[in-house]
Amino acid sequence: MIEIVNLHKRFDSQEVLRGVNLKINKGQTFALIGSSGKGKSVLLKHIIGLLKPNEGQVFVDNKNIGNLRGRKLKKLKDRIGVVFQGGALFDSLTVFDNIAFPLREKTKLSSKQIKEEVLKELSKVGLEEKETLNKYPAQISGGMRKRVALARCLVMDPEIILFDEPTTGLDPIAVKNIHNLIKKLQKERELTALIVSHEIPEIFEIADKVAMLYQGKIITVGTPEEIVNSENSIVQSFIRKKLEEIFSYYELKKNVKGGLDEKS
Amino acid sequence: MSLSYPFRILGNQVIFFISELGKMVCFLLSSLYYMLFPPYLVSRIIKQIYFIGVKTVLVIALTGLFTGMVLSLQSYYVLVSFGAESKLGSILALSLIRELGPVIAALMVIGRAGSALTSEIGIMCISEQIDALDAMALNPYKYLVVPNLLAGIISLPILTSLFIVVGIWGGYLVGVELTGLSSGTFFAAIAESVILKDILLSLYKSLCFGLLITWVSCYKGFCITRVSGFGAEGVGKVTTQAVVLSSILVLIFDYFITSIMIF
Repeated sequence: MIEIVNLHKRFDSQEVLRGVNLKINKGQTFALIGSSGKGKSVLLKHIIGLLKPNEGQVFVDNKNIGNLRGRKLKKLKDRIGVVFQGGALFDSLTVFDNIAFPLREKTKLSSKQIKEEVLKELSKVGLEEKETLNKYPAQISGGMRKRVALARCLVMDPEIILFDEPTTGLDPIAVKNIHNLIKKLQKERELTALIVSHEIPEIFEIADKVAMLYQGKIITVGTPEEIVNSENSIVQSFIRKKLEEIFSYYELKKNVKGGLDEKS
Repeated sequence: MSLSYPFRILGNQVIFFISELGKMVCFLLSSLYYMLFPPYLVSRIIKQIYFIGVKTVLVIALTGLFTGMVLSLQSYYVLVSFGAESKLGSILALSLIRELGPVIAALMVIGRAGSALTSEIGIMCISEQIDALDAMALNPYKYLVVPNLLAGIISLPILTSLFIVVGIWGGYLVGVELTGLSSGTFFAAIAESVILKDILLSLYKSLCFGLLITWVSCYKGFCITRVSGFGAEGVGKVTTQAVVLSSILVLIFDYFITSIMIF
């Protein structure tokens, strides 16, 4: 469904991406890991066409996004939702207006229908409290902002969602909740999801496949188990500090009857 | 330091200036291009007219009133020494219509609305709100720039007219009510001296300034990450740049429009 071929991106003299190749199948939850500031978000922005590559192509459903213009590009973007790192909520609009925004701008739904849709999406992301609706993004917590951003993204019913560090800066419970939510939505809607994340080992719980970006290239792709058992020294050194945590996590999971999910 | 150092600095500055100018012109042309095609986002244009125009009315009325009053006071005492106080209305009206009205109204709009526009768009840019618009397949030029350009073009002539009318009324208060000139003499001088060309000159200037202010303000907000970096400091820098550049360009364009129209 998404294929990235030999992608290069430079900002002035700094080469951020140096020939990225990646393939994400339909309905797959794909996690992209790697050090901070090494181009994961840049890669994600190429998929939605927010950045243009210096070299290489990005294909979504075999359509080269770099060659699409006007209505064709618009049509493709309508199928893709993005949850930005900071939420990218419109700070001059309330929570309700933020979620209603794409519906107002892109559909002909009545105010009543828009309200119903907004409330439906908010309840899906676990924000039922009515007082939240009239608050501004600055008045709600980081976790709530991420949920509102997710609701704004889901309200247009996208087939592909790109998550840019959806849980960074959140407490462990909020991380778990957001991950569970992504997992649930993925099952319900058969979404294709690309998640840029640092949350190791939590991200391994929801990802079908994991890729690691290092020095502008994808150095390994595999299932979470393959990544954990990878013999690549860079992968190992990246997750070494987390490995103990991962193993103890899996041990703990085995020992807890019914699994951690039911306990949390 | 080598001998070529000053030339290298100068060269870099010239290249930067030309490249910025090119980018600014491309930004304007793209915005004007998107202005031609639907959807026309009428509600957004009205909202921006309220923001740029309606919210500046009080500032314009106050500055217009005191500009007219002080101009009348200064001119009256100079004219009296020549025995030409009957020409007060004429001097006041022509100064306000031809020059002071369009220029001061534009400077007030820069201070109140232009700076706010730059900081608003700049913050949207660094917090990825513009990327979010783009990702929703909503054209940021169409959504953010075009309504502001149109609101500027529509608001400035109205604000300038208000400035002139209030300015003349302020001048009337000082010239007629305070110093004792007859109101008939005052208004007769205005009617005698002001011609359609003066009004058109004022209109063209205000239209041009409306476009200029919103163009520079939106452009500076949009290019924040490229020229000023991120964060509050970047927003502050880019807002100052927008205010300074808009003010300078208003004065430069004022001279050129006057020199073209005066013949």
